[in-house]
Amino acid sequence: MLYLRKNWLRMLAHVGALIPLAILLWDAHLDRLTFNPIQEITFRTGKTALVLLVLSLVCTPLNLLLGLKQVLPLRRPLGLYAFFYVCLHLLTFVYLDYGFDLGLIREAIVEKRYVLVGFSAFLLVLPLAITSTKGWQRRLGKRWKSLHKLVYLAAPLAVLHFLWLVKADIREPLAYGAVVATILILRTPAIRRSITRFRQRRQQAATSTTAARVPHSDPRS
Amino acid sequence: MSSIRSSEITPEHIYLSRRSFMRSVGTLVAGAFVLNACGEAASTGPAPTPPVPGTTTAGTDELSDPLTAFEAVIGYNNYYEFSTDKEAVAPLSRDFTTSPWTVEVGGLVNKPKTYAMEDLLQRFPQEERVYRLRCVEGWSMVIPWMGFPINKLLNEVEPTSKAKYVRFETVERPEEMPGQKDGYYRWPYVEGLRLDEAMNDLAILATGLYGKALLPQNGAPLRLTVPWKYGFKSIKSIVKIDLVEEPPTSLWMAAGPSEYGFYANVNPDVPHPRWSQSSERRIGDSGRRPTLLFNGYSDQVAGLYSGMDLRTNY
Repeated sequence: MLYLRKNWLRMLAHVGALIPLAILLWDAHLDRLTFNPIQEITFRTGKTALVLLVLSLVCTPLNLLLGLKQVLPLRRPLGLYAFFYVCLHLLTFVYLDYGFDLGLIREAIVEKRYVLVGFSAFLLVLPLAITSTKGWQRRLGKRWKSLHKLVYLAAPLAVLHFLWLVKADIREPLAYGAVVATILILRTPAIRRSITRFRQRRQQAATSTTAARVPHSDPRS
Repeated sequence: MSSIRSSEITPEHIYLSRRSFMRSVGTLVAGAFVLNACGEAASTGPAPTPPVPGTTTAGTDELSDPLTAFEAVIGYNNYYEFSTDKEAVAPLSRDFTTSPWTVEVGGLVNKPKTYAMEDLLQRFPQEERVYRLRCVEGWSMVIPWMGFPINKLLNEVEPTSKAKYVRFETVERPEEMPGQKDGYYRWPYVEGLRLDEAMNDLAILATGLYGKALLPQNGAPLRLTVPWKYGFKSIKSIVKIDLVEEPPTSLWMAAGPSEYGFYANVNPDVPHPRWSQSSERRIGDSGRRPTLLFNGYSDQVAGLYSGMDLRTNY
């Protein structure tokens, strides 16, 4: 019970990240994956991967802006679940869709720019998933952080992948693009510093006013 | 020296069904002459029996590919006037009014005329045509349509010598078609054919499928079906047909000129930035199959494009 109370947010992340897979399997079991199930599996795994990737990137700004420290430990599981869905997405493409037909797969990667950027994004997050363990974090030391900044390249590529594959209506991928762009802007050192400074000043102001108010808190006394 | 891999040997049930298909094609060849559907294709002699596009037997097309399940044909529809979600189209279009319905045929013709739907059904005998439908998105179906060649209608209105193209327009009725309230696309849906393409016997105005009248999600009550072109050319719920001098700009040409050309012929050698055009997935199949030039109707339509560079005229 105590464990649950302490880790409820983490539990929520695990459960929430696995729900799309559960729904996918359930719908597959009931034959409810549309009349074009392979495409549906491709869409769902891709969309889930993108959402989880964005959520993992939102944690740092949430802490920066609102001081929600408790979301920071969610970055690793959310990022790894995103990678898990990316793997399902890629496997669906090369196996279910193209049946490991290397000629067609090569043609797709060379010919379709959205496949190329999607595949590049996968290659960028692959080393991040491998080095996500504490052991690798220790071994790589300072370089770990620089390496994991690759995600800030992978996320825009994932959005570009989405943008280039939709037929005509680009509003949805643009919405994801706006979120990722905001996250990236908040990450730039200058903005980050000014936010931190602003928050510190506000905190100081808050503590000083409460401190000042204490003696006068009850005028009747 | 070449040996036959076991994977290349046709399984018995397919072999047998092909045999029965071949047998029935024999009887159909005579029928094809009567229908005058594909006299040329049928005139090359007894063996091997040439495929007869458009004819059906034992639930297959002339390449002996089975018909796509009725449920899929009426449940998986690209019809943006209702929804961009293919499976939402059927429920959203359930109450779409298809009667009364008139089709205005005019433009560069000697005898412009507005036809009531009943007129069209009465004047032009309905034929069954089993056609492959290849969507630009890389999926395909085999559908037994009912309809009549559009050349019969065009001959009746008599295009003038200035007429070079046929322009088709879908009904604009945002109160019944929620997708038309979305200003993202330039409604109404417009499509076009070159006059000689429209005169080709394979091009039909479809009024039904699987022996029943068209349902709204399939473009009721009247739609175009041009099987050698990507599906979006086969415009639905037509209210206006005009003979014109210049190639009409279709909705998709306006939405993405670099991706959608006027011709939009099925062509595995002309790539699209998003979808594989060299292969396709038949709805109901799990794997992919190679896409055929002109969707397998080269014998009937390749002549329309002789001397044209199909890569620039995409």
